[in-house]
Amino acid sequence: MKRKLQFIAEWGSLLLSTAAVCCFLVVILWDIIGKGLPVLSWEFLSSLPTDGMTKGGILPAIVGTVSVTLITAISATPFGVCCAIYLNEYAQDNWLTRSIRASIRNLAGVPSIIYGLFGLAIFVQALQLGTSLLAAGLTLGLLSLPYIITTTEEALRRVPASTREAALAVGATQLESIRDMVLPSAISGILTGVVLALSRAAGETAPILFTGVAFYINNPSGALNQEFMALPYHLYMLSTQHQAIAEVRPLAYGTALTLIIVVFLLNFTAFYIRYKHRSK
Amino acid sequence: MRQARREWWNSLGKQVFRLTGVMVIVVLMAILGMLLWNTAAFFLEISPVDFITGTQWDPSSSDAQYGILPLLVSTCLVTLGAMIIAIPIGIGTAAFLSEYAGSRLRNILKPIIEMLAAIPSVTIGFLGIVFLGPEIAQMTGQSNGLNALNGAILLAIMALPTIVTIAEDAIQGVPQSYKEASYGVGANRWETLTKITIPAAAPGILAAVMLGVGRAIGETMTVLMATGNVSAFPKGFFHSVKTITATIAIEMGEVPYQTTHYYALFAIATVLFAMTLVVNLIGEHFVNKFRKYQAA
Repeated sequence: MKRKLQFIAEWGSLLLSTAAVCCFLVVILWDIIGKGLPVLSWEFLSSLPTDGMTKGGILPAIVGTVSVTLITAISATPFGVCCAIYLNEYAQDNWLTRSIRASIRNLAGVPSIIYGLFGLAIFVQALQLGTSLLAAGLTLGLLSLPYIITTTEEALRRVPASTREAALAVGATQLESIRDMVLPSAISGILTGVVLALSRAAGETAPILFTGVAFYINNPSGALNQEFMALPYHLYMLSTQHQAIAEVRPLAYGTALTLIIVVFLLNFTAFYIRYKHRSK
Repeated sequence: MRQARREWWNSLGKQVFRLTGVMVIVVLMAILGMLLWNTAAFFLEISPVDFITGTQWDPSSSDAQYGILPLLVSTCLVTLGAMIIAIPIGIGTAAFLSEYAGSRLRNILKPIIEMLAAIPSVTIGFLGIVFLGPEIAQMTGQSNGLNALNGAILLAIMALPTIVTIAEDAIQGVPQSYKEASYGVGANRWETLTKITIPAAAPGILAAVMLGVGRAIGETMTVLMATGNVSAFPKGFFHSVKTITATIAIEMGEVPYQTTHYYALFAIATVLFAMTLVVNLIGEHFVNKFRKYQAA
């Protein structure tokens, strides 16, 4: 009897911790879906904010988040993929390779707010891009870089050596072997990593705070040199800085739900690519 | 002729790939250089001793004070609270996942942890205001519940996926023969888990905790929204605090370019960078130790 009680207490503690983790997710989703879903409508997603942000929709924030994420993808993907190709296909075990790897690990641990400061000091001020969509996109690109390099390198490592050797044996140069054989067989792994990196970038707030995001833009043009609105920043402002916080709470819930949907959609896209490739 | 062109492209490709690799080092050096340059500009105006030992952060008054201690203690307090919550839950979940859950249960639990990791920090901070804050306020009788405890609970939630994933890898990496030896001398599953498996996985679990700490120290939006941002010296978990990250986020938007206050924010960012660097290096040390031991 005592042993049985002890057994229940022991394994119960493990079960309880696991239940707590699940409970956190359930509470988060429950609260946001429960209070955000009634707000969500086609009109909410497709109209401009009105009446000093107390009414209307979040269209400019959606457009801004999509455009800044696109710039992140365009700037970070080629850079990251090329670096991963160097590390996996060319690099020998020397000091240069070790320094590159150490830099990547360090960059991955740099807090996002420091990327924000870097974007402010370098892109906004030194390169004189101003607070703009481009500066914010490039900042998020740097933030995503270590992640894209790591996942791309893993994808390249899974390509068997025989693939490269076969190409070289029929007279291809190393570049041709990479372009025609290695990259095509690693493409789904690379895409999965890139999309996951973008899902993180789309939800980031700290790096864009000083590099280009604005609370209100009445004309979402998507122009590179203009400030823009973004979903995460919009949520931050609606929940902390607005003069009528209680009044805009439903809008904040709607924005939170939209942001979670965008991030989860990107995640599911990544898992779908991986799943489809595996079942092939 | 055609062959020569192919060779030319081939060597150009190699140079371009190597250049992107070198650029990664340049980016890290540029971040470091940018921080140090602006910090140096700050130390030309304020003595480093006053910065490190000052107990007041009040840059906007006429007698401006730039003491980092209240911010540093706030960051440490919130991180400590987060770890007190996240470490037992994280290790418990990792042990449950690798030692107790069947493959069907794992296939449900793993995506749950991945989903938790994917939720943007601003959303977690939002829940700190609208959900956790009122709960804490009701329990303690405070007006809004935006304090260090609120931030600690939210950071624990954010650090958990990292801790669980890495700790689970570590526990799973313990060789089966260790456990069999333990069963062989008559230990039951619980004794084997607590006396053999977890101690054997200790380097990996420490790495998990360190990476969790690194995540918590550097997190901005959650603490910015949930901890109340009062820059007095922190008095405890039930008081509002203002962390290093929150201070940068709030004040950088308001300061004029190249003033003492502007440089001061880079100086505290340098301290933040150094803290996360040390924590991550310790974590990496344990990861390597764990790998070596696994290979042996």
